Amino acid sequence: MVGKNCFAIASDRRLGVQLQTVATDFQRVFKIHDKLYIGLSGLATDVQTLYQRLVFRHKLYQLREERDMKPQTFASLVSALLYEKRFGPYFCQPVIAGLGEDNEPFICTMDCIGAKELAKDFVVSGTASESLYGACESMYKPNMEPEELFETVSQALQASVDRDCLSGWGGYVLVVTPTEIQERG
Amino acid sequence: MAGAMDLPPKGGFSYDYCRRNAMLADKGLKMPGFLKTGTTIVGLVFQDGVVLGADTRATEGPIVADKNCEKIHFMAPNIYCCGAGTAADTEAIWSARSFNFTVMQLVVNHEFYQGHVSAALVLGGVDVTGPHLHTVYPHGSTDTLPFATMGSGSLAAMSVFESQYKEGLTREEGIQLVADAIRAGIFNDLGSGSNVDVCVITKGKTEYLRNHQLPNPRTYVSSKGYSFTKGQTEVLYTKITQLKPKVEVTEGDAMEE
Repeated sequence: MVGKNCFAIASDRRLGVQLQTVATDFQRVFKIHDKLYIGLSGLATDVQTLYQRLVFRHKLYQLREERDMKPQTFASLVSALLYEKRFGPYFCQPVIAGLGEDNEPFICTMDCIGAKELAKDFVVSGTASESLYGACESMYKPNMEPEELFETVSQALQASVDRDCLSGWGGYVLVVTPTEIQERG
Repeated sequence: MAGAMDLPPKGGFSYDYCRRNAMLADKGLKMPGFLKTGTTIVGLVFQDGVVLGADTRATEGPIVADKNCEKIHFMAPNIYCCGAGTAADTEAIWSARSFNFTVMQLVVNHEFYQGHVSAALVLGGVDVTGPHLHTVYPHGSTDTLPFATMGSGSLAAMSVFESQYKEGLTREEGIQLVADAIRAGIFNDLGSGSNVDVCVITKGKTEYLRNHQLPNPRTYVSSKGYSFTKGQTEVLYTKITQLKPKVEVTEGDAMEE
């Protein structure tokens, strides 16, 4: 979700096999660089594989270009990587959030074959996504400060996750501003 | 992680997960749905050029995933293309450029994708020989027409065109007719919605009127909104990392002997 010169990215912590819970501290939000994060929902093995491939590509980029990737470029990279597997896709929907040029927040989500969907307010993915659409739609306000953004994102996440059996066990919220990163569990 | 250590592949599709995905499907894991642009896209030729129009809704099953997506894509300064079908496919197709797009689409869609890539396009442009409007179907066939509609809302839009189209429309009439056709699609088709995007291409000038009409404004917002007080959410741990400005590498002076 986008706030005023900042963004928040959040996920739940459950890892399950259909209805059985396997872990309650599963990490789904990963750092690509200080101002770029990707959250991956879906099949856990694809989440981890895709994250490792993306970190690899970003490190190559850093070596070649001697700078970090811009969020828009990274989103195109993820989209291309997913579309390569068009006929045997990763079972994974990413949510990308970053601060671009002039610390302008950038968020986007994709389906599992890489169709980018940019938004100015919020993006959601996962098993509780329908519920999240509703919660974010009503709780979102433009230009929120980081503190208020954190509260809004957490409340929307908790409300939706509570209505979904396959998600839960707490949340992990990351709020990134131009000067600091706040991680809260 | 042997796969990740290889150089990035040169391009084209990789089919290495097909068998794995089939095995997972057998075990009961449903493939996540693709983002579709169940759509209304239209184009018509008027006296000086071409007008293209599209709605702005992207759906994921029955849910609206994006209320304001862009379906009119830039191909060349005088050629624009609207896409219907699976969103990733239309985005991939329009990003693969070539000289003669219509022939390229025909070859690519027919020989290679064979209809599996479900993308239907309305392509319009103006060149030295005049304005042109083409449609490309998922299996690769193309049509050249004075007015065309594609997508789930195509019947609603075509009914508007068939009753009101005439040769030699002016620019204003063309835009009005396209907007009327898209609105017919928006209000009568469930897969199309939100706003109207219009693109007018004439010799030497192209105007992309994004959100030309907004017939579906958001009127259900509560004026107060939700306000959460600080500390309302229970927090187990907090970790704050300060972001240091990156060290800049500048060219150094030559070392003194």
